[in-house]
Amino acid sequence: MNLTIADLKKGESAVITDSSSNDIPLKLLEMGCLPGNEVKLLQLAPFSDPMYLNVNDSFLAIRKETASLIVIEKINE
Amino acid sequence: MSKQINVALIGNPNTGKTSVFNALTGLNQKVGNYPGITVDKKHGICKLSRGVKAHILDLPGTYSLNASSLDENVVIELLLNKNDKDYPDVAVIVSDVENLKRNLLLFTQIKDLKIPTLLVINMSDVMKRKGISLDVDVLEEKLNTKIALVSTRKGTGIQELKKLIEQYKTLPKKQCLDASTIEPAYFERLQKAFPNQDIYKLWLVITQDANFGKVSRQELDVSKFKTKSTSELKRLQQKEAIKRYQFINNVLKEGQNIDRSKARDLRSKLDRVLIHKVWGYIIFFIILLTIFQAIYDWATFPMDLIDTTFAGIAEWVKSSYPNGGKVTDLVAEGIVSGIGGIVIFIPQIAFLFLFISILEESGYMSRVVFLMDRIMRRFGLSGKSLVPLISGTACAIPAVMATRNIENWKERLITILVTPFTTCSARLPVYLIIIALIIPEGYIFGLSYQALTLMLLYLIGFGMAVFSAYVLDRIMKTNRKTFFVVEMPNYKLPLLKNVIITVFEKTKTFVFEAGKIILAISVILWVLASYGPDEKFNNAEAIVAEQYADLSDAKIDDKVAAYRLEHSYIGIIGKTIEPVIKPLGYDWKIGIGLVASFAAREVFVGTLATIYSIGSATENESIDTIKTKMSNEIYEDGSKVFTFASGISLLLFYAFAMQCMSTLAIVKRETKSWKWPMIQLIGMSAIAYIFALIAFQILK
Ligand SMILES: Nc1nc2c(ncn2[C@@H]2O[C@H](COP(=O)(O)OP(=O)(O)OP(=O)(O)O)[C@@H](O)[C@H]2O)c(=O)[nH]1
Ligand SMILES: [Mg+2]
Repeated sequence: MNLTIADLKKGESAVITDSSSNDIPLKLLEMGCLPGNEVKLLQLAPFSDPMYLNVNDSFLAIRKETASLIVIEKINE
Repeated sequence: MSKQINVALIGNPNTGKTSVFNALTGLNQKVGNYPGITVDKKHGICKLSRGVKAHILDLPGTYSLNASSLDENVVIELLLNKNDKDYPDVAVIVSDVENLKRNLLLFTQIKDLKIPTLLVINMSDVMKRKGISLDVDVLEEKLNTKIALVSTRKGTGIQELKKLIEQYKTLPKKQCLDASTIEPAYFERLQKAFPNQDIYKLWLVITQDANFGKVSRQELDVSKFKTKSTSELKRLQQKEAIKRYQFINNVLKEGQNIDRSKARDLRSKLDRVLIHKVWGYIIFFIILLTIFQAIYDWATFPMDLIDTTFAGIAEWVKSSYPNGGKVTDLVAEGIVSGIGGIVIFIPQIAFLFLFISILEESGYMSRVVFLMDRIMRRFGLSGKSLVPLISGTACAIPAVMATRNIENWKERLITILVTPFTTCSARLPVYLIIIALIIPEGYIFGLSYQALTLMLLYLIGFGMAVFSAYVLDRIMKTNRKTFFVVEMPNYKLPLLKNVIITVFEKTKTFVFEAGKIILAISVILWVLASYGPDEKFNNAEAIVAEQYADLSDAKIDDKVAAYRLEHSYIGIIGKTIEPVIKPLGYDWKIGIGLVASFAAREVFVGTLATIYSIGSATENESIDTIKTKMSNEIYEDGSKVFTFASGISLLLFYAFAMQCMSTLAIVKRETKSWKWPMIQLIGMSAIAYIFALIAFQILK
């Protein structure tokens, strides 16, 4: 299984590798959820849903369902 | 003849378009720190130099030229239709200096539509605090545009912007991205089929989400180019976004420098507490409690003042025109006390507006959306539904309009349908007066019983909204995917000016709208109460004198007035519906109040004032306030009309009933059918009746 944003833990960063799933809203792509961009998980609501992210300089909240469609690679530090 | 320059303010949500609009036009449109405050076009005029005028159009925010909600579609529809009378001569892209990268995506799209385009970089006052420095010359050159560095908070850069607007003809026309590089073969075929059309515009028309964009479908038949599957189109759209960001990153590499070590980070500190899994909810609850306590405690002083003033005015009318008879009564006790009955609530309503406005301006609203999304989703709503539900406590009309930025139609429709359950400010007068009548004064843990009752009523309204959303969600079936993306804006110190303007404008509208209706209804009531169809009305004196021969004159006069009212047109109406409302614990006078309330619920108190004044002939030295009149109202057998049981029943009736024509009209407009407002009217009134009935039967 590929890692997705939904697998991130609070405070972790990753690089998006694939966001081509059909169910990802276009709006999210246009806000910068594109391959190559860094994403950081800032905070989680109860039950990890929604998720509060920083992507491409934008601060957004998306639902876990959507987050689990965006494939990432963790940055090892 | 001097021609007006058509200017459209376009940009991502929450970048300060409306603030720029207000600065240019001197108008006071609503500003707030939440994406999606503006949901419709707003017009204004700005004087440039030498008698040149600009027509300024404020638009809802949009992240791109692909609409994914109804408010965004307004912008796309305008930009793709050259025949629109508001089609801009120049597009002013308002961007937020803190997120230029994302803001520029829209900029490049609009530039590629070959509309002369200016760039406003707003919020320049925060640059230092965030460690941002810009090389404006480089940016202008790379982006082929002119830039105005603006701060509407500090008032800087507006003059430069005006100058740039005036010289819009000199703006460079060069595009940012050659659309055909997205997929050369496909775009070549497209261009061949429509040789006279702009290629990028064609592309936008083809890719609009069918749920929103209805743009130029009629004028441009692109159906045969829909050959590509949706997923193929989506892939191309993603490719477009990637290409645009490549261009933007290259530009910003040279034109922008961000020194993150200098950035002071208020956001993460506040977020750690405000959206904490536990603290977040506790704080939210405390904020709500504070609001209700404030509405009760802080507002009492100005309210007492208003109360005495209006009693004074009514008395003055009476003593100045002692011979006016019924007309004086109408003015003094009907109209003046009716209007006084509304004006007295100004302090409380203003407090409510003040708190909502602070919540909106500080950036807290989006945090509430974040905290509540998961809970709301269980009821078929979205976290975004919470904004209409909260602002619905002021008035359902703007709240219903605020649903436009909910992406999913079903979630939006459910939100529209249940929003009128939230306790709007028009319910306040009714609640407050009845609470004052039936709930004793006293405190528990420093909170007054009356404030707690009020809070309970708000919770009941909210609970009913959520519960009916749940039911509707079960009934309505759709297969559209829901999605939810919400931006979390920076925290801001609310700008006093914005807050005051919002509070003032809203309070003013409330008073004037309510005042107009109360005036009209008072007059109608008065006419209906002053005439009757038959003998009983006309010969009231003789009939009563016969019945009560042994009473004193003054008492007789009172009985005559009461008898006459009962047999007037309005009395007949009231008596006719009495059997229906009797089980709820209301007499026919309250019934008249209910009937009048179907136009607008805030007239209830005024209606009772009018009716009670007509129904008595006693010349009091001092004029009773409505509250005293209500608590003195008795049945034939001497028992009080407003008891705990009938009071609770009334409260519940007003909590649930759909009593607002304007809301029905706006729901019709937003859902484009009479079906939904009718469902609301019938459903809500039925719920109201049932709850009031149960409450009265149990408590009596
Ligand atoms: N610091 C700072 N804040 C600003 C400035 N201009 C506007 N704001 C704030 O930014 C927020 C958004 O302003 P609006 O004018 O409502 O933005 P908008 O683009 O019309 O927003 P939508 O209609 O929701 O798309 C408000 O809280 C303003 O007070 C500025 O120059 N500096
Ligand atoms: Mg706006």
